[in-house]
Amino acid sequence: MAESEQNRRQSRSREDDTEELESAPLGGAKKPELDSEVDSLLDEIDDVLETNAEEFVRSFVQKGGQ
Amino acid sequence: MADVSNRRVLGIETEYGISALGQPAGEELHPMQLSNHVVKAYGSVSGREAGWDYESETPLRDVRGYEVSREQAHPDQLTDSDLGMANVILTNGARLYVDHAHPEYSGPEVTSALDVVRYDRAGDLIMAIAGQEASRRLGRPVRLYKNNTDGKGVSYGTHENYLLDRRTPFDRIIRQFSPFLVTRQVFTGAGRVGIGQSSDTAGFQLSQRADFFEAEVGLETTLNRPIINTRDEPHADAGRYRRLHVITGDANLSEISTYLKVGTAALALHVIEAGSLGDDLRLRHSVPAMQQVSHDLSVGTVLDLADGRRMTAIDIQEAYLLACRKWVGEQTVGEAGTTAEMITEWQDILERWQHVLDTLRNDPMQLADQLDWVAKLALLESYRRRDDLGWDAAKLSLIDLQYTDVDPRRSLFQALISRGKMRRLVDDDQIQEARLRPPTETRAYFRGRVMEKFSAAVVAASWDSVILDVPGWPALQRIPLLDPLRGTSAQVKALIDSSETVAELFEALGLGGPAD
Repeated sequence: MAESEQNRRQSRSREDDTEELESAPLGGAKKPELDSEVDSLLDEIDDVLETNAEEFVRSFVQKGGQ
Repeated sequence: MADVSNRRVLGIETEYGISALGQPAGEELHPMQLSNHVVKAYGSVSGREAGWDYESETPLRDVRGYEVSREQAHPDQLTDSDLGMANVILTNGARLYVDHAHPEYSGPEVTSALDVVRYDRAGDLIMAIAGQEASRRLGRPVRLYKNNTDGKGVSYGTHENYLLDRRTPFDRIIRQFSPFLVTRQVFTGAGRVGIGQSSDTAGFQLSQRADFFEAEVGLETTLNRPIINTRDEPHADAGRYRRLHVITGDANLSEISTYLKVGTAALALHVIEAGSLGDDLRLRHSVPAMQQVSHDLSVGTVLDLADGRRMTAIDIQEAYLLACRKWVGEQTVGEAGTTAEMITEWQDILERWQHVLDTLRNDPMQLADQLDWVAKLALLESYRRRDDLGWDAAKLSLIDLQYTDVDPRRSLFQALISRGKMRRLVDDDQIQEARLRPPTETRAYFRGRVMEKFSAAVVAASWDSVILDVPGWPALQRIPLLDPLRGTSAQVKALIDSSETVAELFEALGLGGPAD
């Protein structure tokens, strides 16, 4: 793992170690904001998803394990 | 025989899914070879390969008192011959090796649920490093996944191990622990796209593993999988201990899912060992119930109990929770090895368990920042809405798979973490520390420190022994470690710290000089 990536995530994780919900509750008044947050998450994920989902999933074949 | 100790030894072992991309036709590596490359790649950057001492391994011994002959055994059951496959004993006390056709990380023995989480997450980091290094060496991208099925009929395991007192009757564990394992999926499930072993029906279910269980009790782990596995291989003094090998669990990425998975099971086993639970939670049909619970996203399905009552999975979990709360309330610091830290962790587990059950009753989606199956479902539903996808869309199966990619650059679980959308219990510094250093409370401390300081002298090791080649001594020396609670930091740290050579360590341990 790249060191820079690791460091960036460390600062994040400290804040995460709390019981407070950081994101807005689902539904309600903040919905448009939430929608754009979800959209930006999905856009970010689209960028890292393996290309050609159909072929990728089809070729993921495992031998048995325990 | 020692008193029943409340200090429970436990740990998790995980077989990771593996594939290589863009392999030239005709030059595909067998998954066993590929796994071997991954383990060796990690061994080359950290740790050292060592033999495994199989002397005390008995994978064919059944706790019910008979042994399967090797001729009758399915080749998959013979886990005690390594065929030259890589095997690395790590400085954190874990074992990294090739099991079947998967790289496996067996975390070190620990005594708290939070330590299980730390060492389990360390295993993910180890696999990420191993995968990157193997990709570089092989010149083909290697992918490693912390999941339990390829969605095409094959499953591989994440096993929990709990050390029990040998005196607890095994039939009591079968009767009283299987309802727990069947119903805990509501918070331990890692989520899966596809229903049925080969995903014949489109849809989503709570568990990766549920569809692969076909028996209530048995010895096998690779076929006709049982809810209660009877393998009797304690890796410890068999007169005192039994190792309960729990094979029903999913591989969890969420730290809270892992924490609750092992924390609640360890508590339930205390109550069962204490003999205070009773048999009234027995299910009428455990195996179909396993699948019923996993397939019900509303987590409200009513299950038939053996005594004619009908209860939901959440109600059954709540009954275990009540019994555990009562048991914890009866424990006192200083008795049965109980410490204030142990009571604090038990109370934390009870609180989180209650919170999760209460929230599951009201709105499971509120747990999207805590539980794997809910986090995965929320993500999949967002995609379904945005792209108008049916459950048979390949993209959804890819998201299911890539949620579990161990490489943080591709892991969708990691994407959620980075956005602060998953709550955590440990931070990255603690995971890095757990990758390199052993836990302090068990014999894993001795194993890990010996690997760190004297690895050149280690010929072989196992869970309950280390074999050393001591310079100047005529024969190899086997140090037995039959008691998992000996070899701790408190007992051996000063000796190891002050020994410059392995011969000095032997002297310091009081194992004498070279034999004549």
